[in-house]
Amino acid sequence: MSLFLTPSQTTGPFVAISFERTVVDDLAPPSVTGARVVIRGRVLDGDGKPVDDAVVETWQANSHGKYAHPEDTREKLLEAEFKGFGRVLSDRQGAFQLRTIKPGRVPGPGDALQAPHLVVLIFMRGLLKHLMTRIYFPDEASNAEDPVLALVPPERRSTLIARKVEEGVLEWNVILQGDDETVFFDY
Amino acid sequence: MSDPGAYRRSYWQTQPEYLYPAYKSTVKRAPTKPLVMPPQTISEITGPLFGHGDVKADEADLTARHAGDPLGERMIVTGRVLDENGRPVRDALIEIWQANAAGRYRHAVDQHDAPLDPNFTGCGRVVTDSEGRYEFKTIKPGAYPWRNHYNSWRPAHIHLSIFGHGFAQRLVTQFYFPGDPLLDYDPMYMSVPDARARKRLIADFDWEHTVPEHALGYRFDIVLRGRDATPMERG
Repeated sequence: MSLFLTPSQTTGPFVAISFERTVVDDLAPPSVTGARVVIRGRVLDGDGKPVDDAVVETWQANSHGKYAHPEDTREKLLEAEFKGFGRVLSDRQGAFQLRTIKPGRVPGPGDALQAPHLVVLIFMRGLLKHLMTRIYFPDEASNAEDPVLALVPPERRSTLIARKVEEGVLEWNVILQGDDETVFFDY
Repeated sequence: MSDPGAYRRSYWQTQPEYLYPAYKSTVKRAPTKPLVMPPQTISEITGPLFGHGDVKADEADLTARHAGDPLGERMIVTGRVLDENGRPVRDALIEIWQANAAGRYRHAVDQHDAPLDPNFTGCGRVVTDSEGRYEFKTIKPGAYPWRNHYNSWRPAHIHLSIFGHGFAQRLVTQFYFPGDPLLDYDPMYMSVPDARARKRLIADFDWEHTVPEHALGYRFDIVLRGRDATPMERG
């Protein structure tokens, strides 16, 4: 049996009436282990104007590199207080901010380890289907051997790697179009 | 070769393209550079999971939780969340948002000159059961004008956001109503190239779930990406 996939449609401009009730901007209560990090950024359109109706959803492993999901069957420590899911809305300046922990490494294709990363989905008015991208961490030697980053043209990899602003604070922007356009995935 | 358990790519033309100039907002927001196509990894195959404990029972009734009854045609919407293989997706979280019967959203950006309804907020949530079934109660939203092109009107629709079992299955969509003359003029609906896939977005009138002297029934099934075999099923 093969059913037609339901087509994606845009979230439109009024998504906040639902999602503002379910924002998750702080993923890591004090009991959770791992290096605390604030990730902040802006979403900008093709004219460089702020996008004030974007939804940014993130998914990540805990600091041990374990996903809170039954299909992650590896013998790694699960922390009940860490779900790994984030959801933030952009404000009038197109800005968003998320508090979380740096995830551990997880396996990639052929069981080569991936560098620490968050998977990111982006929704907004004007996107008929969501964008998929990733956030990687600066000063991380394993980025050089990450199997997904390796598929990205070298000159564009920097769009996926957050910039260190100060200790524990990273900046990662979503540039929808242009020379510095963020790398988006189709998987 | 993809990792075991990867979700199949969507078939050609069942999904809109990012750039669809008839829908003007896509022009400055659609990516212009080629997308990178990595294999799915455990990061995309997993995703946040929800359950019945995450949602209160009354969140599935958008007509409740106010002092009085909202204006509009009451409806019971039922359906199933399935994957492309026809298998039910249990414990899928569905988030719902919509305009009121007059075609107005309870949102500061919505300046349409139609009344707000003090008894209608327009959002709800429901989780599917072990057979992938869901049900919620609401009122039929009104059509409303938007500033896409001269005299542009959105057909009546309800927004749905669905979490399946992996981030790769994530879907946000809208469903429409049968026989709506505005559909042929709507760039969002028309952005889906394949007419058969587009029809998936139209709910069916459902006499069997229509409650006599109370509410009309509509049925809307949702199909998420499927895969050939999941690790659990192989075991």
